[in-house]
Amino acid sequence: MTYPKEKILFFYRQMLRIRLCEEAFVDPILKGEIRTPCHLYSGQEAVAVGVCAALDERDYVFGNHRSHGHYLAKGGDMKAMAAEIFCRKAGCARGRGGSMHLIAPEAGMLGAAPIVAGTVSLALGAALAAAIRKDGRVAVSFFGDGAVGEGVVYECLNFAALKRLPLIFACENNLYATHMPIRECRVERDIWEIGVPFGIPGEKIDGNDVMAVHAAALRAVERCRSGGGPYFLEFLTYRLRGHVGPDDNIQGTHTDIRPPEEIVAWRGRDPIDRLADYIVAGGIATPAALKEIREEVRQEVAAALEFAAQSPPPPQEEVNLYVFA
Amino acid sequence: MSSPRVMTYSLAINEALHQAMEADPTVFLIGQGVKSPWYVGNTAQGLLDRFGPARVIDTPVSENAVTGAAVGAAVAGMRPIVVHPRMDFMFYAFDPIVNEAANWHYMSGGCSSVPVVFWGIINRGGEQAAQHSQALHGMFAHVPGLKVVMPATPYDAKGLMLAAIRDPNPVVFVDDRWLYGQEGPVPEEPYEVEIGRGRLVRGGKDVTLVASSRMVHEAERAALLLEGEGIGAEVIDLRTIKPLDIDLILSSLDKTGRLVVVDGGWRTCGLAAEVAALAAERGFGSLKAPVVRVTLPDCPAPASAALEKVYYRTAADICRAARKLVTGS
Ligand SMILES: Cc1ncc(C[n+]2csc(CCOP(=O)(O)OP(=O)(O)O)c2C)c(N)n1
Ligand SMILES: [Mg+2]
Repeated sequence: MTYPKEKILFFYRQMLRIRLCEEAFVDPILKGEIRTPCHLYSGQEAVAVGVCAALDERDYVFGNHRSHGHYLAKGGDMKAMAAEIFCRKAGCARGRGGSMHLIAPEAGMLGAAPIVAGTVSLALGAALAAAIRKDGRVAVSFFGDGAVGEGVVYECLNFAALKRLPLIFACENNLYATHMPIRECRVERDIWEIGVPFGIPGEKIDGNDVMAVHAAALRAVERCRSGGGPYFLEFLTYRLRGHVGPDDNIQGTHTDIRPPEEIVAWRGRDPIDRLADYIVAGGIATPAALKEIREEVRQEVAAALEFAAQSPPPPQEEVNLYVFA
Repeated sequence: MSSPRVMTYSLAINEALHQAMEADPTVFLIGQGVKSPWYVGNTAQGLLDRFGPARVIDTPVSENAVTGAAVGAAVAGMRPIVVHPRMDFMFYAFDPIVNEAANWHYMSGGCSSVPVVFWGIINRGGEQAAQHSQALHGMFAHVPGLKVVMPATPYDAKGLMLAAIRDPNPVVFVDDRWLYGQEGPVPEEPYEVEIGRGRLVRGGKDVTLVASSRMVHEAERAALLLEGEGIGAEVIDLRTIKPLDIDLILSSLDKTGRLVVVDGGWRTCGLAAEVAALAAERGFGSLKAPVVRVTLPDCPAPASAALEKVYYRTAADICRAARKLVTGS
């Protein structure tokens, strides 16, 4: 299946917007200008972009601790994100949330939160709201392979299936949950199969192939919109940075617990490089055109970071603001 | 006489775990991150190598099931320690802790008990925000059937961990990552610090500062500052927040007549409220002034460092409260 040129270039731009943002945070993190724990999304961009491009603006998304990509892909404002990561008043959560609590209700990004699996049931609730209102919206829950250790995920599978809710379970399987490789967390079975006992169809997708991700997301959305009930997408992918921050410091040292050969192999499957190759090989755009996009995105990202770094922190006398509506 | 051995708070916990596991084959450690210093600092170092993966169990992200498993293993004759590298993650585990473990002995008319340690680490600051900062000791202390300990020093960290493991009841052991580097004397041999017994940290005639865990050190700093102003502050380290050492608090109050309760938790229905209520009920005759609380505001933890700075209480806040109480200004 192929898509219009504009759509493919949109994927490219969106993935780059995420990647260049993430990489632009590295230096300020290392310098201590950004202190909030950042779980960088570099390497997983195809998932957020391919899925969110299958949604309408009014559809709903919930994220987790690693949600910079979900937020941007769903249409969240880049400046407001950067400012939140700098914990500034102009941030999307007014400096109250930091990196792990990105939110853009106006874009359908209903929130992100770092309690593992904590937002899966919230996405269930958003799907329930859509079902009660019969408004045709779809909800997506983004969570990691680690989250399927939590019992609440199975409660959500059952309830979503029972009520045929328009909910997409989007599991980003990057093979690790902090310091634990997946084989130490679960027996070797495809994650998407956890929906099967509840009658939820699903599939395993190359999460570094944005075209494949998008095609699968379209199938899932179609099923949800037509009243077919929930769908499970397992995306096999890999993070190119540490669990939190630029390096993998999960064992208390700045060394990655992941085998070097594995990291190298996955670098060779970089989703952005792969899309660029596809674009050029297919004559969709020239390398020069891609370079131009990259330059535009670079400027956008630089402006967002500049804005964030310059903007003031929330006033201290307002610390208790926003406890209640 | 040789000077006593000095060690850090986190290594004191580590030593307690080593000694408990060595002495009793029914003791085991389970929870997320027991093999990752990123989660538990060096509190678990050497345990996996020494006791093996059957008794030092790192787990999937499954707090509810893992905590329930610890409770069940305790009912079946083991002495589990289940660690939660952040208290925030314990909300998934409230059901086995509160509904099952806390009530079990009573519900069974005393014919079954639950010798389990729920070890929850307070890990806050660093712009981690509301779900990675919470101190939940007050919630646990609210529940009948749970004991709650909060060591402030390396000595107590070891002694209270050993006491918690040996206690026949469910004990919530709450420590704080901000204390892990704290150094102090720790005897090498195994010993227990009695659960329910507080500690007089320093004497003073004008005002009593009651604190626990990390706030004990802020209270001590405040007492030093106050001393420079001619105010004598007595500092009490609660060590156990359930059951409270009421006699220690009352005898100090009897002496000073003024009470500042310091707590690293939220204000409403919190530990400080409980201590204040006890002072009103049982120490009313001693009180020369209203009790003052220095606590977190009734507000979630903010991310922004600028807001964190005013959110967390320090010695300066304690001084201000104590000064006002004693001098009226
Ligand atoms: C309830 C809860 N338990 C533990 C943690 C600590 N923690 C943070 S991220 C994480 C692993 C998540 O792994 P996964 O879901 O695969 O997401 P990834 O980081 O790989 O994107 C854990 C266990 C947490 N945030 N919440
Ligand atoms: Mg993962």
